[in-house]
Amino acid sequence: MTKSLSKIDPQNVKVDVHYLTRVEGHGNIVVDVKEGKLAKCEFQVIESPRFFESMLVGRSIWEAQHLTSRICGICACGHSLASIKAGEDALGIKPSDEVAMLRKLLLYTEMLDSHILHIYILVAPDLLGVKSVVPLIKTHRPVIDMALRMKRMSDYAGEILAGRHIHPISYVIGGLTQLPSREGLEKLYSLMLESRKDGEETVKIVRTLKFPEFQRPTQYMSLTSDEEYAMYDGDLTVNGKRSKVSDYRQLFMESVVDYSRAKISRINGKSYAVGALSRFNNNFEKLHKKAKAAAKELGLKAPCHNPYLNTAAQLVEWVHCLEESIAILEKVLKDGLKEEKVVVSSWPKRSEIGKIKYKANTGIGCVEVPRGSLFHEYTIDDSAHITAANCVIPTNQNMGNLEDDMRKIVPELLGKKTQEEITLSLEMLARAYDPCISCATHLLDIKFV
Amino acid sequence: MKKQSKPKVAFFDFTDCEGCQLQFANMGQTFLELTDLVDIVSFREIMSERAEDYDIAIVEGSISTDNDVTRIKKIREKAKVLVAFGSCATIAGVNGIKNRSSLELAKKRVYGEKAGLINTIKAMPLDAVVKVDYYILNCPPYIPEIIAVLKAILMGKPYPLPNYAVCVECKMNENVCRYEKDQECMGPVTRAGCNSWCINNGNRCYGCRGLVEKPASDAARDILQKYGLKLEDILNSFTLYNDSMGEKYDQEFK
Repeated sequence: MTKSLSKIDPQNVKVDVHYLTRVEGHGNIVVDVKEGKLAKCEFQVIESPRFFESMLVGRSIWEAQHLTSRICGICACGHSLASIKAGEDALGIKPSDEVAMLRKLLLYTEMLDSHILHIYILVAPDLLGVKSVVPLIKTHRPVIDMALRMKRMSDYAGEILAGRHIHPISYVIGGLTQLPSREGLEKLYSLMLESRKDGEETVKIVRTLKFPEFQRPTQYMSLTSDEEYAMYDGDLTVNGKRSKVSDYRQLFMESVVDYSRAKISRINGKSYAVGALSRFNNNFEKLHKKAKAAAKELGLKAPCHNPYLNTAAQLVEWVHCLEESIAILEKVLKDGLKEEKVVVSSWPKRSEIGKIKYKANTGIGCVEVPRGSLFHEYTIDDSAHITAANCVIPTNQNMGNLEDDMRKIVPELLGKKTQEEITLSLEMLARAYDPCISCATHLLDIKFV
Repeated sequence: MKKQSKPKVAFFDFTDCEGCQLQFANMGQTFLELTDLVDIVSFREIMSERAEDYDIAIVEGSISTDNDVTRIKKIREKAKVLVAFGSCATIAGVNGIKNRSSLELAKKRVYGEKAGLINTIKAMPLDAVVKVDYYILNCPPYIPEIIAVLKAILMGKPYPLPNYAVCVECKMNENVCRYEKDQECMGPVTRAGCNSWCINNGNRCYGCRGLVEKPASDAARDILQKYGLKLEDILNSFTLYNDSMGEKYDQEFK
């Protein structure tokens, strides 16, 4: 390649990516090297603030799922489930095992959806040297058709289980508002069986892609469980040290910084990572054997300290979630679903609104969503109206870790790479975290000057 | 037929969850077919390319900062056709809830003592700032309606919004009335067009499409009478989606 090397003075480099593309939400990357020293290294979230935590105050706990699902279009199911769990914790409601199983299924299918979107639509164009998926529609049509087929499968799962995947309808506190149809579940099952070969093909494709080399060990946080690869429930773990979800405020601290609308959190005063790579590193042993085989084929070993390989870990999780979903569907189709176990009975009656006394309480819900551990916490009064709310979003938690990665990688690249290459490396690094900035407000466009 | 160049389409997002844009990705093969009819020149969520030259601007999200006001005015200047896409863009959506408490309080609740760093103004639908040519309602937008509006745009025809309540569609879908089940439902006052999506799935209507122009007409009146409800009873609950007509109703009924 005879790309002209733009001359850069390694002593003085400025990167200013304004409006990073192919991420969910609005963010900038700003890096400033002055006289060989890194003077500024920021990932600025510039999405307009949305005030969900304030909007929740004064609303009924029964509306919280509907409202907080609107924090994010991509992980609307994850927000719904964290919200429902927090609501149930506050109200003292325990759903049936069948409901818990159907919630796991919804969460797994959201992982399938989000991970495939990230791998094919947001990351692959960088690795294939194009600006977006649009030119790939012409040059790589069979692959794009396959990606859309995989995405269609997980969209269908959302439709069948919850009415739709973006802002799910039927998953509420206490259970589901109606049973998913048997016909739909059967079709979903056959679509999932067909998806296996698309997954195998995707592993073959991703194996050939060259991810940048970079190593930086950090603190990896995720849910963990003795029973399974934890996503819906479990304890928190940070590099092997376990703590209860209810102690999350003692585990990490969130703070507001002046250049970003997103809060930054730290454990023991240091940045930490959440998401597919953290879950993979912490819970590798609990992965389905097919997912372990996919990891081996991709050359991914736990612990992995290269953040660019978060994308590969997402693919391993895709294989895991597909197999777990197939297993749940097999059980559901064999045993059938009983309406009295699944369909919500605690839905508030219109004639009782304002008449029931609840216990004033606080509830916490945590689930693993595609980008990491998500927390919702609500305090309710005796009319079950929310008096305080706190939502801790994966992208916020990753922000400090991403900046620390940038602080390590920029000096490593200075003098070896062109300005364009450094910019692309930083964009790809940010994209690898799959940041979801709409969620975080409460990414990156780089410009060399 | 004279060969014409394909219209250029650009997507823009303001304050929202970006679920509206994702509905395009969820259209699957239909989205690929759409790329045969139009040139997508800007779509930040999935593309790094950016073009300043476009015919149709599809805009989601509410206006909620001073910068948003400047940006939407620039988009309006360039676009021949401006489409407001989704509840946040058409009626301010859930963002409008923050208008019901003081902005200072909202900033303080979320950002604590650093609240002073945050710029925010009242959340507004696009047509509070610029002229809007087409509306695609719903949170998230309903794919059959997206396709219907896009067809109208490409044929250069207007797209009149349905002016009857969700109850009409809900009855045709043979759902049991939520009031019959002793539940609250915004169906009698909400503009139809979603094919009673949420009620078909066992939930109730939350009013994401905004208020129908004359809520006490058609099927809505029957429902209200049958269950001994007054219009005010329902409108008092209409606070989750801040319909731009909401203030008018607030003045009329409160």
